[in-house]
Amino acid sequence: MSPTPTPGQTVGPFFHYALPYDGDRDLVAPGSPGAVRLHGTVSDGDGAPVPDALVEIWQAGPDGRVVARSGSLRRDGHTFTGFGRSSTDREGAYTFTTLAPGAVDGGLPFFAVTVFARGLLNRLFTRAYLPLADGATDPLLASVPADRRSTLVCTADTHGFVFDIRLMGDGETVFLRFPGQ
Amino acid sequence: METQAEISDEIAKISREYDEAGQVETQPRVDYPPYRSSLLRHPTKDLHQADPEGVELWAPVFGRRDVDPLESDLTIQRGGDPIGERMVVTGRVLDGEGRPVRRQLVEIWQANAGGRYVHQRDQHPAALDPHFTGMGRCLTDDDGRYSFTTIKPGPYPWRNHRNAWRPAHIHFSLFGTEFTQRMVTQMYFPGDPLFALDPIYQAILDPAARDRLVATYDHDLTQPEWSTGYRWDIVLTGSHRTLMEADTEGGVA
Repeated sequence: MSPTPTPGQTVGPFFHYALPYDGDRDLVAPGSPGAVRLHGTVSDGDGAPVPDALVEIWQAGPDGRVVARSGSLRRDGHTFTGFGRSSTDREGAYTFTTLAPGAVDGGLPFFAVTVFARGLLNRLFTRAYLPLADGATDPLLASVPADRRSTLVCTADTHGFVFDIRLMGDGETVFLRFPGQ
Repeated sequence: METQAEISDEIAKISREYDEAGQVETQPRVDYPPYRSSLLRHPTKDLHQADPEGVELWAPVFGRRDVDPLESDLTIQRGGDPIGERMVVTGRVLDGEGRPVRRQLVEIWQANAGGRYVHQRDQHPAALDPHFTGMGRCLTDDDGRYSFTTIKPGPYPWRNHRNAWRPAHIHFSLFGTEFTQRMVTQMYFPGDPLFALDPIYQAILDPAARDRLVATYDHDLTQPEWSTGYRWDIVLTGSHRTLMEADTEGGVA
């Protein structure tokens, strides 16, 4: 029999001196070749910004290969590790400088996203897909009601991609449950 | 602000309804009104069932480059001995099949012995300790084992309701072998009188599941004339990929 998973708990209000670190949100150096910005705001059930959230991304490289390189906590400036972490600011904004992910095994390219916040009793998973070509879909997008699908897709802006995260209410982001959870 | 009695009544009512429903819930409810900060910060729609794909089937790799072995000792970070009860906490990180999660990152943070965090938002008028920051990191070993040396944290007041106090705890941040196993939780200490009063701990409705967040005092870990010892194992959710050697540094999908 499989052991029962340990319960999660909120990240609380006091993670800022422990989890953020220098270079956490810069998977590549800003301005380096191929660098894009992934950014957005985290908002609550009133649409108000959440200034004490933490967003993590995990992604493939532009060639669609999943990276297995250490160094996320101490960036050396030239190793792409695929992992980043960004706390939100007073306006609820998070930002990453990274490379656009490629498609893994023929799927659609996306950033895997995890959200933590004070007041949020367990972490939430979602996906931030790159903007979709007309008609592009996959098993997850196809299973989500059409009127909520856009919450999973980035929009393009001048320097990269915007992905807003709505924890609750109108336009609530589609959050994921994986088998066994 | 509500009183503890009012919050305790809300906790008791939800607990009764949970018992009557007879459906076991081993993870916290994200919609748990006694924890007031959750009111506007929880999804109202059911989580959408998804099969992990692509990058989700893998986890970030952390290595010796990322973590200095000294970061697992929270009592030596500031050039002097911190005040409080020196303790060791150790245990194993296991995946949903009971297999060790090897060479993976564990991060912790906590209040000091007086219940004060080194955080500008913590306004609790208890003393800061110049010799204690309360954050640590380590990598699990080949057996999935982590170990930290630290100071037993104190309980602290917060403003969820009048006279609200959190039971003493250490925050843990964990990675598995897949990104779907990512989690953050809190470890508590046995016999804390604040458990029944705390809406964060009580948001886990199954009593046996709540107990899994409580470490065990282990006298075999206690070291003579030096430190007390606690043991706490962590089980992540199930993995979806067959483990391969490529899980170590350098491997790629």
